Amino acid sequence: MPAIQSPATEEVHPDVALVERAKKGDTAAFEQLVRQYDRQIFRVAQHITQNREDAEDITQDAFLKAYEKLDQFQGNSKFSTWLVRIAVNESLMRLRKRKTSKTVSMDEDVQTEDGSIPRDFAEWRPNPEQLYGQTELGDILRKTIQGLPPGFRTVFTLRDVENLSTEETAEALGLSVPAVKSRLLRARLQLRERLSRYFKQKNAGATT
Amino acid sequence: MTCTDFLSQLTDYFDGKVDPKLLAEVQAHICECHHCEVVLDTTRQTIAIYREHEIYEFPTDLRERLHAAIMKKCTDPR
Repeated sequence: MPAIQSPATEEVHPDVALVERAKKGDTAAFEQLVRQYDRQIFRVAQHITQNREDAEDITQDAFLKAYEKLDQFQGNSKFSTWLVRIAVNESLMRLRKRKTSKTVSMDEDVQTEDGSIPRDFAEWRPNPEQLYGQTELGDILRKTIQGLPPGFRTVFTLRDVENLSTEETAEALGLSVPAVKSRLLRARLQLRERLSRYFKQKNAGATT
Repeated sequence: MTCTDFLSQLTDYFDGKVDPKLLAEVQAHICECHHCEVVLDTTRQTIAIYREHEIYEFPTDLRERLHAAIMKKCTDPR
């Protein structure tokens, strides 16, 4: 009986080849990586800093830093996760410099603010897209996530907006998996509670 | 299962990673407790709405400008 062919090698992420070429000085390869991830890096930076000029600077700095440190990229993680980690660090540094925020460390804000206990139990009907136009909905979503402590905002952005896995989020933030899960739960519940003010079914009681 | 117990399982529930021994209890709680059913549904919507809406614009001209600046610095001899 012919042996069933098993895949001999694990599938290699296409970024690996690009990174290898870029390491050897092929700037076209690096340019392709920039094109692939600039939108994501800009979005992450904008979510964390809530400031457009900062997000522009961070996007530039993150890619330059990545280029300079390419040799340090071992390929143990995805290139995109490594890049996001650089952008997150740059973003948090920027927040600290601005000092407009009381809490910018990934650890400080976890004890504060216990808005994570659900209080609003109204259903969202009709659904938010039926209730608001695109522009208004965008305003609500921006305003709401802006009110979240930076540590929670960062975890939510990586895990839920960028769709990184819990493990990748932990790696990008230098946190443990349980720490990511705990922050993620609180971030989601706080956002839900805040959005509920806008989206809840009219005439429904806040609590019963 | 209490509402607090349910909340502690919420993240794993979304990921489909609830301990099989607990899953039936979680599902039973959702059927019994309207508040938690709403929390589950509206949290799911919270995640979906942020994932589906690009809330920050990244216009082409900005993108091109950033791109050019990055590549210029990468290719500039120091």
